[in-house]
Amino acid sequence: MSDFLTLERLTLGYGATIAVDSLDFAMKPGELVALLGPSGCGKTTTMRAIAGLMTPVSGRIELDGRDITRVPANRRGIGLVFQSYALFPHLTVFENVAFGLRLARVPAAQVRTRVEAALASVGLSHLADRQPKALSGGQQQRVALARSIVVEPKLLLLDEPLSNLDARLRLEMRSELARLQRELGIAMIYVTHDQAEALALADRIIVMREGRIEQAGTPEEIYERPVSGFVANFIGFENCFALRDGKLKGLAAPGFDTGTATGLAWRPNAVRLGRGAHRGTVAGASYLGQVVEYLLATPLGDVKAEVPAAAPRHAIGAEIAFDLPQDGAVVLHRD
Amino acid sequence: MRGLGHLLLAAVLVFLIGPFVIICVAGLSGGETLAFPPEGLSLRWVAKVFTVESFRAAFWLSIALAFGSTAVALALGIPAAYALERYDPPGAEVVRAIVTAPIVVPGIIVGLALLRHLVIPLGIPVPLALMIGHTALLVPYAVRVVSGSLVNLRPDIEEAAVMLGASRLQAFAKVVLPNIRAGIMAAFIIGFITSFNQVPVSLFLTGPGITTLPIDMMFYMEFNYDPSVAALSGLLALMSLGVVMVAEKLLGLSRYV
Repeated sequence: MSDFLTLERLTLGYGATIAVDSLDFAMKPGELVALLGPSGCGKTTTMRAIAGLMTPVSGRIELDGRDITRVPANRRGIGLVFQSYALFPHLTVFENVAFGLRLARVPAAQVRTRVEAALASVGLSHLADRQPKALSGGQQQRVALARSIVVEPKLLLLDEPLSNLDARLRLEMRSELARLQRELGIAMIYVTHDQAEALALADRIIVMREGRIEQAGTPEEIYERPVSGFVANFIGFENCFALRDGKLKGLAAPGFDTGTATGLAWRPNAVRLGRGAHRGTVAGASYLGQVVEYLLATPLGDVKAEVPAAAPRHAIGAEIAFDLPQDGAVVLHRD
Repeated sequence: MRGLGHLLLAAVLVFLIGPFVIICVAGLSGGETLAFPPEGLSLRWVAKVFTVESFRAAFWLSIALAFGSTAVALALGIPAAYALERYDPPGAEVVRAIVTAPIVVPGIIVGLALLRHLVIPLGIPVPLALMIGHTALLVPYAVRVVSGSLVNLRPDIEEAAVMLGASRLQAFAKVVLPNIRAGIMAAFIIGFITSFNQVPVSLFLTGPGITTLPIDMMFYMEFNYDPSVAALSGLLALMSLGVVMVAEKLLGLSRYV
């Protein structure tokens, strides 16, 4: 399959500030790509440039075989679901969804059937006559989604679509989004700072850092083999340690091929307590239900460990042994 | 404390509504001179208002002026407010300050300045001079009130419209305008009433035979101290009240002003 969307050496900026630096990226038709990164990493800027809401400093954007770098946003055939939903406050739910169709002068009978189908697909047929302000956050989100998909865009961009919802609704909307994407087969770019959302939804994740791509890969690759301390940290390896001459702070790191490696990282649940080569003092303990999370002060620095709540507890201030096992570690080649 | 509060409330109401009541009652006087309490009641001065030729001409000029200058002020003020709110252009603060100046500077100075440095040197005819003066006076209100309703409108709904296929102009017409309609109506009513009641600026710009209603009433009173001016004032007050009540009914004006 040929590439559906290509960004070539795309550079974006606000005034003299460069926000995105010479980005290269390609996606396939029907793919769901997550742009993942902390705020300020350039992911939203990249999305706005793809949408046409900002003009690149340099570089090229190609969609479906056509150079769209200079095509205005309203002629790109790209949909965008805003973080704030951005519903039109003066129009009913029905008219919000019908907006794009009416602009395209679709005959009234077709508008009705298509809007009704779109509302049905997000489960909101019964609220067609409401005003947006009479809806809950989750319902507004669904209207925003219906409004974007009813015009059948080639590509749908979603800007942190779930960040304004509470945890439960977030899960519900997440599976809803996955279902819609399967049903419509539409290519989507999903911008988020939430690694769990990216892992659950995306076919491919692009981790961004300071305007560049830090790592791109499948959720499994990103989750299991982060290439840098930055990605490791972002994806839940909270214990990242730099290597000096293949050693962890003077301690040998036996068994690792530390040739070009710059660091090693462990998830909290990979750290074993009670035995091992390292020693540390318990500085904090939080009971989280299933697990207890310990914070250890050690010569390596702070170490976070997560153990099953059923395991023997350690008192704060106690000095205990711990192990950073080889099989739970990832080798990092950059910081 | 409670008693004092009620007293204060009563005083405020008396001072707010009192003059209006006095003018209306004085206008219904049966006597020959403007007086309160009136000497008997009659509608003769109300009837007289409609027979004074200069009142009739001045009324229509004032109405045309109020509609015209408010419309022009809005045509200039809406894009200005939009640009100031959305683009925050360089020098936005200076523009805001300049646009507010006619509210801060006494009208009499504005009128004199316009006369000396614009109307006389360029030989601008009276109706056009009035139109320019009133428009300059109303632009600040238009910019301020419209800005107020733009602040409450999220800028991303315009982008949402664009992403659905609208041009920037269509987004403005179909999404921004309907949402600031109430602000525009409020600015229109404020502008209309300000222009209609305007004295100081108009004073310098009116000429022989062409004058606005408030100025004409002032001159009339200098020579005729009869209750017809009070009757006219009462009628005008009722007209303003009617406009505000209709606006309140249609738009819920009190939510915006």
